[in-house]
Amino acid sequence: MKAKVDSIILAYLAGVKMPKQTKKETTAGQVSVNLDAEFRKSNIHEVLDKLDRELIGLKPVKTRINETAALLLVDRVRKQLELSAGAPSLHMCFTGNPGTGKTTVALRISEILHRLGYVREGHLVSVTRDDLVGQYIGHTAPKTKEVIKKAMGGVLFIDEAYYLYKPENERDYGAESIEILLQIMENNREDLVVILAGYKDRMNKFFNSNPGMRSRIAHHIDFPDYGVDELLAIANLMLAEQNYKFSADGEKVFREYIQLRMKLEHFANARSMRNALDRARLRQANRLFAGNKKSLTKIDLMTLEPDDILASRVFQEGKLDDN
Amino acid sequence: MMTNSGNKLTQGQFSFLPPLTDEQISKQIKYALKNNWAIGIEYTDDPHPRNTYWEMFGNPMFDLRDPAGILMEINNCRKIFSSHYVRVTAFDSTRGVESLKMSYIVNRPKKEPGFGLVRQEGEGRLVRYTIHSYATDKSEGERY
Repeated sequence: MKAKVDSIILAYLAGVKMPKQTKKETTAGQVSVNLDAEFRKSNIHEVLDKLDRELIGLKPVKTRINETAALLLVDRVRKQLELSAGAPSLHMCFTGNPGTGKTTVALRISEILHRLGYVREGHLVSVTRDDLVGQYIGHTAPKTKEVIKKAMGGVLFIDEAYYLYKPENERDYGAESIEILLQIMENNREDLVVILAGYKDRMNKFFNSNPGMRSRIAHHIDFPDYGVDELLAIANLMLAEQNYKFSADGEKVFREYIQLRMKLEHFANARSMRNALDRARLRQANRLFAGNKKSLTKIDLMTLEPDDILASRVFQEGKLDDN
Repeated sequence: MMTNSGNKLTQGQFSFLPPLTDEQISKQIKYALKNNWAIGIEYTDDPHPRNTYWEMFGNPMFDLRDPAGILMEINNCRKIFSSHYVRVTAFDSTRGVESLKMSYIVNRPKKEPGFGLVRQEGEGRLVRYTIHSYATDKSEGERY
């Protein structure tokens, strides 16, 4: 039965139509549940669709999230049939380079968990080391607890979590914070979901020195870097959100820009795209202003031309822009 | 104290009802959070219906979304001050109100000795009446 339920849910998540199931009593006296109704009631397909639409690429991440959602839905159905398996551990770890969408995915996850009833409020509290670790003895515990209390009923997202542990300083207060977190992650599993995020290699080092943390996190999700086409699609999506667009030539030039930019240092995937577009908008405004054209059309105001992008120092000198 | 059997201290909301369960407390907290009131936990071992100045347990809690964190603190306070009175307060900071909107007791000592009536003889045949908690005969911290 479990295998059947799984296949149905996975099929739904893949968008395949399945014949409707109705609640019925089989000869063996086993009650079957209406998975279809359960799936629609939870409304998670909305969130999953949105995730699919708004996040370009990230195939492995999406697959993992779909699988997790399927597991949780099945778990909920199992609970209705009183097949208890204990509260599943939902703490996660997101690894990946900057700008690969970790925070955005965390936001969506909190929404999914909320719809499935695994967190009560579904809000996301995003913190870094500064918010958790105190500056003097006795400061850390209340500070960490304060943050945890705020995140209860939702998701606690700890960005660059490896900074919590500084092995070079044995008197560092980060260890105290980790200890409290571990305790909460174990005892208040139904109140709070913790997501740790950071670069892959440094997170691995962090987990190696904190085996307790590793064993309490069930889901490790790795965010791959984007390719050129994906970055271009992301840029187009960002522009569309702000009511801009590339001209046909502009898009070609921007593709070249991406290829050049990727080779330079401090490349932060989608975040670099956002910054590049912000600078292009600045140049477009200047171009329109300097152009002295009497009347501008709506199209003029919306379109980014090749000149707006070619002015970047990435093209001129092969260096990063200052601003 | 004629209407109050069992010598219970009555103060704030729900004090004539049986003790609130954790679930009921959570719902009350949820209501306070919904109204954006800051929640505080206070304790005392000086029972008097009109003693409103209790000690605070930790800081008041702002900007929370879920009662679980507050319930955690309440249980913490109950553990440390198991034989004290513990209450939960909800402070409304709206201009013009700036006072408590809710206050209810969530923990009591196991045995409450209750209150005695004290008569003070004044001039002539004048008699003043007041109540006195038997518990406060001992010094602070040793009362229950």
